[in-house]
Amino acid sequence: MNQERVPSRFGDFGGRYIPETLVAAHEELEAAYLEAKEDPSFQQEYEELLRTYVGRPTPLYFARRLTEECGGARIWLKREDLAHTGAHKINNALGQALLAKRLGKRRIIAETGAGQHGVATATACAMLGLECVVYMGSEDVRRQSLNVFRMKMLGATVVPVESGSRTLKDAINEAMRDWVTNVRTTHYVIGSAIGPHPFPTIVRDFQSVIGREARAQMLEQAGKLPDAAVACVGGGSNAIGLFHPFLDDPVRLVGVEAAGEGLRSGKHAASLVAGRPGVLHGTKTYLLQDEWGQILPTHSISAGLDYPGVGPEHAWLKTSERAEYVAVDDRQALEGFLALTRTEGIIPALEPAHAVYWAIQLARELGPGRDILIGLSGRGDKDMHTVAEALGVTL
Amino acid sequence: MSEENRLRSAIEAAKGEGRPAFIAYLTAGYPTRADTVPLLLALQAGGADIVELGVPFSDPLADGTTIQRANEVALAQGVTIEECFRFAEEARTAGFRLPLIFMGYYNPVLAYGERRTAARARDSGVDGFIVVDLPPEEAGDFLGACRAYGRRFIPLAAPTTPDARIPLLASVTDAFLYCVSVTGVTGARESLPPELPEFVARVRRQTTLPLAVGFGISRREHVVRVGELADAVVVGSAILAAIDAADAEQRAARLQEYVEDVTGRRRADGDGPSRLGGTP
Repeated sequence: MNQERVPSRFGDFGGRYIPETLVAAHEELEAAYLEAKEDPSFQQEYEELLRTYVGRPTPLYFARRLTEECGGARIWLKREDLAHTGAHKINNALGQALLAKRLGKRRIIAETGAGQHGVATATACAMLGLECVVYMGSEDVRRQSLNVFRMKMLGATVVPVESGSRTLKDAINEAMRDWVTNVRTTHYVIGSAIGPHPFPTIVRDFQSVIGREARAQMLEQAGKLPDAAVACVGGGSNAIGLFHPFLDDPVRLVGVEAAGEGLRSGKHAASLVAGRPGVLHGTKTYLLQDEWGQILPTHSISAGLDYPGVGPEHAWLKTSERAEYVAVDDRQALEGFLALTRTEGIIPALEPAHAVYWAIQLARELGPGRDILIGLSGRGDKDMHTVAEALGVTL
Repeated sequence: MSEENRLRSAIEAAKGEGRPAFIAYLTAGYPTRADTVPLLLALQAGGADIVELGVPFSDPLADGTTIQRANEVALAQGVTIEECFRFAEEARTAGFRLPLIFMGYYNPVLAYGERRTAARARDSGVDGFIVVDLPPEEAGDFLGACRAYGRRFIPLAAPTTPDARIPLLASVTDAFLYCVSVTGVTGARESLPPELPEFVARVRRQTTLPLAVGFGISRREHVVRVGELADAVVVGSAILAAIDAADAEQRAARLQEYVEDVTGRRRADGDGPSRLGGTP
């Protein structure tokens, strides 16, 4: 057997549960990634684009009014919403698109839920001159028509997926089917720290720029590390990117999942809080599944958290108790959304609004003199229709 | 693997008759639960040598639309892996004698328990497993369970599988190697891929195991051509299509006819079965 070049597991989680057709492509990707990681010219090109194209480093912002309103710990925001295309997704999409070029693959496929990863991938492909096909559940196509149009303007083909529950997990299934068919010419830019090895590691590495910058910025601006870092978790790419550089620090790490209409309603997406281990989309991780191993439908007000699995490294951080995972429901997320919007003039996406809500509670609990870092993973423009609907407003 | 190797024996018996073994795939619980046992018997009567019974899964990411839909229909009726074992038991009681393989995805096996799955398979007359998303590298525990209960694990090889990997695939079975004919998902196709002879020959150079070829095979001419290359031919989506084309009360009869046609048991002039594989 070939030597493992990057660990394929996180404790008992992760691995590579894939059809045989895709095995060679994963080995090739792993080798190419390892080479790229060691290649200064690749790193230089990536970092240059992060700086000049994505707009990194993104700021660390002290949320003064929100902090005063809570009357507790200081709240800091890592502003991924200010990255090009409006979310952290571009960090990974760009890195993987560069990897695809290195692999000599000029056709890119991606899945998307809310459309943020689809837009980021379509953007990276437009800039690098690559063909781009985005799979999106037909239910999400309907809900996120603006992002569908953005992707089309960027030159991508958007394929509505009619199978299964017609949402993110089915878009991933369909992207996998495309990849099984076109693997020789195509790279699959998976959008979160999920999927078969080496994807969870690649996505985490590309997203770790969030935590590296935030760590240095905290030391610079606050003069200390945060007491806690809080991020929302769907697949978990922004959270793992924020958490990873703090793993060896005395920093409490809190991942916030979507409790949807409540954990007891069964309509939620809290895989770590309410699921159990299984295998989906090529990786062993916590899943929302029935007693027979069938994957359950999920619900969240934020399409980006609406996924029945989670990145395997989060599963490991949970069982090893290095990180804690909690769930915030739709109503609480809206509360967090409104609080940040009104006190700071920053409209967050509904995904990080879950983290904002939890951080507000934690700020009160920790009290003055402590510091909380929130991963503000994206901006809320895409969610205006959803928020209006939830507040009973007709636009 | 001390117990009798019924899968290998069935392939060798066909070879003794100068023909490839015919492996038929059927999704359990499709189109209704009541159909599964009669359809298994129809496959046997039509001349199949081995049957793969598809265990439904909510996310069949290596399957094309036909089998995806069959999975959805089965799951909508609540078909579980436990019920698949009961189908196997009922079929055995009703006279189904062919070697039987469960084909599906890993998570239902994991949820049921790997040892429990293998043990239940032995008790209900299931000879082996094809688990589409479980390559040998991840299959250690399940392989151990299969060995402990004398069940066979059938690995898949794909056109993208490098030569150097084929011995690893072959090392986990003593039954046969399942060669995926195309770089793609399951589903009937118009023609066989032109690279198929080279792919099968490439696998053949690396292993002495019998080779089955599946994915995309639907017509008699495909079966004849593949039979010249491999030891066994797998037909799946086309079987579901034959079931779909029949009226509800005619499903088993039409399926038997389809299998007779595609295996060549029934002559093209419609003169009836020339050599039945056995009647229930």
